[in-house]
Amino acid sequence: MYKVVIGLEVHCELKTNSKNFSSSKNEYTETPNIYVNEVDLGMPGILPVTNAFSVKQALKTALALKCEIPDSVVFDRKNYYYADLPKGFQITQTRKPMGRNGYINIFVKDEIKKIDIEQIHLEEDTASMVHHSNYSLIDYNRAGVPLIEVVTKPCISNADEAFGFLEALRNLFLYTEVSEARLDRGEMRCDVNISLMKEEAKEFGTKVEIKNIGSFLNVKNAIEYEINRQTEVLESGDKVIQETRRFDEREMKTFSMRSKVDSVDYKYFVEPNLPPFNLSKEYISIVKEEIPLLQDERYSKYINEYQLSETDAKTLIKDRKLSDYFEEVINYDIKPIDASIWMVTVILGTLNKLSLDINNLFLSPKMLSDVIKMIYKDELSNSKAKSLIYDAIKEEKDPISLIKEMGITQINDNSLIENYIEEALIENVNAISDYKNGKDYVVNFIVGQVMKKTKGQANPVSTANLVKEILNRK
Amino acid sequence: MINYKKMYIEDFNSLEPKETFENIVSLANESQKDFNAFVTILENLEYNSSNSLLDKVPYALKDNFSTRGILTTASSNILKDYVPVYDATIYKKLKEAGAILIGKTSLDELAMGGSGTTGHTGTVNNPWDTNRLIGGSSAGSAAVVAAGIVPFSIGSDTGDSIRKPAAYGGVVGFKPTYGRISRYGLFAFASSLDHVGCFARSVRDITIVTDVLKGYDDKDMTSLEDEGFDYLSHLNDDISKRKLFYFKDIVDKKKYDNSDVELIEVLNKFEETIKKLESIGFIVEGIDFPKELLSALYPTYMTISCAEATSNNSNLTGIIFGPREDGKSIDEIMFNTRTKGFSELIKRRFILGSYILQRENQEKLFLNAGRIRRLIVEKMNELFEEYDGLIMPTSGGVAPLPNNDIDKLSDKYLILENHLVIGNFGGYPSISLPFGFVNKLPISINLTGPQFKDSLVLNMAHKIEELFPYKGMIAGDDNV
Repeated sequence: MYKVVIGLEVHCELKTNSKNFSSSKNEYTETPNIYVNEVDLGMPGILPVTNAFSVKQALKTALALKCEIPDSVVFDRKNYYYADLPKGFQITQTRKPMGRNGYINIFVKDEIKKIDIEQIHLEEDTASMVHHSNYSLIDYNRAGVPLIEVVTKPCISNADEAFGFLEALRNLFLYTEVSEARLDRGEMRCDVNISLMKEEAKEFGTKVEIKNIGSFLNVKNAIEYEINRQTEVLESGDKVIQETRRFDEREMKTFSMRSKVDSVDYKYFVEPNLPPFNLSKEYISIVKEEIPLLQDERYSKYINEYQLSETDAKTLIKDRKLSDYFEEVINYDIKPIDASIWMVTVILGTLNKLSLDINNLFLSPKMLSDVIKMIYKDELSNSKAKSLIYDAIKEEKDPISLIKEMGITQINDNSLIENYIEEALIENVNAISDYKNGKDYVVNFIVGQVMKKTKGQANPVSTANLVKEILNRK
Repeated sequence: MINYKKMYIEDFNSLEPKETFENIVSLANESQKDFNAFVTILENLEYNSSNSLLDKVPYALKDNFSTRGILTTASSNILKDYVPVYDATIYKKLKEAGAILIGKTSLDELAMGGSGTTGHTGTVNNPWDTNRLIGGSSAGSAAVVAAGIVPFSIGSDTGDSIRKPAAYGGVVGFKPTYGRISRYGLFAFASSLDHVGCFARSVRDITIVTDVLKGYDDKDMTSLEDEGFDYLSHLNDDISKRKLFYFKDIVDKKKYDNSDVELIEVLNKFEETIKKLESIGFIVEGIDFPKELLSALYPTYMTISCAEATSNNSNLTGIIFGPREDGKSIDEIMFNTRTKGFSELIKRRFILGSYILQRENQEKLFLNAGRIRRLIVEKMNELFEEYDGLIMPTSGGVAPLPNNDIDKLSDKYLILENHLVIGNFGGYPSISLPFGFVNKLPISINLTGPQFKDSLVLNMAHKIEELFPYKGMIAGDDNV
């Protein structure tokens, strides 16, 4: 058996108004070449101007990944020729990345594992290209879009961990709101470095790089395929060749692209047009304060402080919006356990049923807390509350005003309920005698009648008790 | 017709712009057969009135500044049909100031070179003697001011590309502190050394132009915050007790071959000038500057500039703009376009630059060049704490003939012909102005001051200019 050593390089586009070094728009569109200016096209004479917000977001990500932060921000040029790279070089960070030596906690099969981060740096994206048989199309909308690259240490040992890391990292991007990290739009892409070594070996085996995989599942598939392939190579006594491969998702196989021997020398050197600027401790701490409690931190808080079940805690932290919503409900004096039950069962159930998501949920945390408080005060039954919430979400109405509209406030006035019971007994002349003859179902029947008369507003527990009391009295 | 040739900038303010444009354009067209200074001469006047001192003033722009809708070639075949879609910041400023663009001037291909012979439209001739070179790379911009076609022109200076041709043309050439004038829209040669500057026939005119061009530009992160005052208002400040220094050994006649008559005359003239400077209140001292640093100027400059140039010109592939050659693949298109588009001299520089930046050579070549540059700048900054400026002959001779042979390993070449790069290494304000004649050809003196002290340098240069009868001179003037 071999030990698998995996390192990942993940690219993610930042969510910003403008590009990393030009003022043109950073926005997803299907229409090619509309968010393009002379800077993006690398026209002669252009100069880059750093987007301060990109720097801030990259810094925020580095801080969220618990990285060491440099004293200043500097950029370098990576030189190579390709049609998707208008200037003939990419502005990136090699000497002084935005962060070094960080980590992230991930979930792998109910276990928490720490993945070490080698570095994170800020750079610019290339244009996107579509190749046809005898021509290629270039879309420069993407050229210059701010991109962060997160590089792990070679500390991942299987496909599940890689998958868990990617999910956790994507979540961190969403929690910190640095990116929408939409995989369907190619906003997050992954390179896999993978090698195999004998269990007892001291040195890593030969590394193979699998470039530019656009889905987490395919990262998993590519790793699994590559483990098998390299195992077979080694078992047959051959050597693994150091090379760059690509993953073909139709064939579910990796294919060789180029060997490392003819790898490009990128001739990195300092970008002379961007003077270094200092990162003050004050600025770093301001950015740090903008980072919300992250996924793993919330998880332990929910378990330890709120006493939630692991399943519910996991459900709630899956999406920052959901988790924020939950915490806001708690802030309205709702017990965490209650808020969690209502969130996980009712809210999520309703969203699911109505094909909505938390982002376009009409019901505010305040509204939900108002409903739960009515239950606390016995003014509303659980089942009524559930259907009320369903209606409120569906019809986009405040549940409190819905209650008034529909008249579903619970009737807790016993004398009022008694009146309804008496009425029902008069209308059902045999009820008393049936009850006296031992037909217990009469109780529920009469409760049902009262509910009908009160449109379900009568407090069901008190009604049942009162029915029994009255029947026994007769 | 008005005699425009002897006019200063402010003489144009009261003239009719349309008439000025038409007359100067015809002067420019006539001059082509003699000097070949223009790549493009405009056909239509573009003029916006303003109350600037540049209002209604005609000028020429080096053809490596981006001008929307106007052919901009950088004098290279690889851009021979390129019409930019945007304006350089300085071009925008000049338009807003009411200046009238007459034409785009020829340069050494992509501003790399110092002869004015390598542009794709051919050699630019020196108006003082059309058999001689004007020097480069801002060859055309120097020639058109020297010939009196326009009162000022714009150039770029990466090693000495304004100051050297200014010297050979008998005009004033100035590049300010790095970042004082925005580089946005200047076709990059070596970004850490590139400067925008100007030519004129008086320090006063240079100052007027600089006052319009300078200032912070949010499109150039290396541009400096504006100081909030006009240099013109300080032109006549008192200079007594201002301290200047020169490299003692480098201007010492005894160190050179006596048979180099031109050089000896230049050095004699320099010696005389020092006395004149002292007579008006300057304190001038010869100092020893480490010889090994001075000898390293040229190789250091070549190393840094070739490396940066290789990268800066990687956008010229024919994919997005410019002429495109055919090819079977994208790589082949780029390969063929570059092979055909660049001259051999340019390819040589790119190969050098590429070699210098290669992983295995970077430390030894590129990074060491950076270290030497820093040593030179540190030494200069130290001197600038005591002195207000470095004064030296701009060059060791007059405008050269096309096939001049110079020993590139001699001190004369390595130092006397290349010390101006000190101004680029440190981003210092540096000005050259005529201070005499040798064999009926102008020779020039250079003043380089501390970073940010542009106003002081112009002020001192203005005082130095008053020592000589060459202010306002054009080629052929009989004050030799």
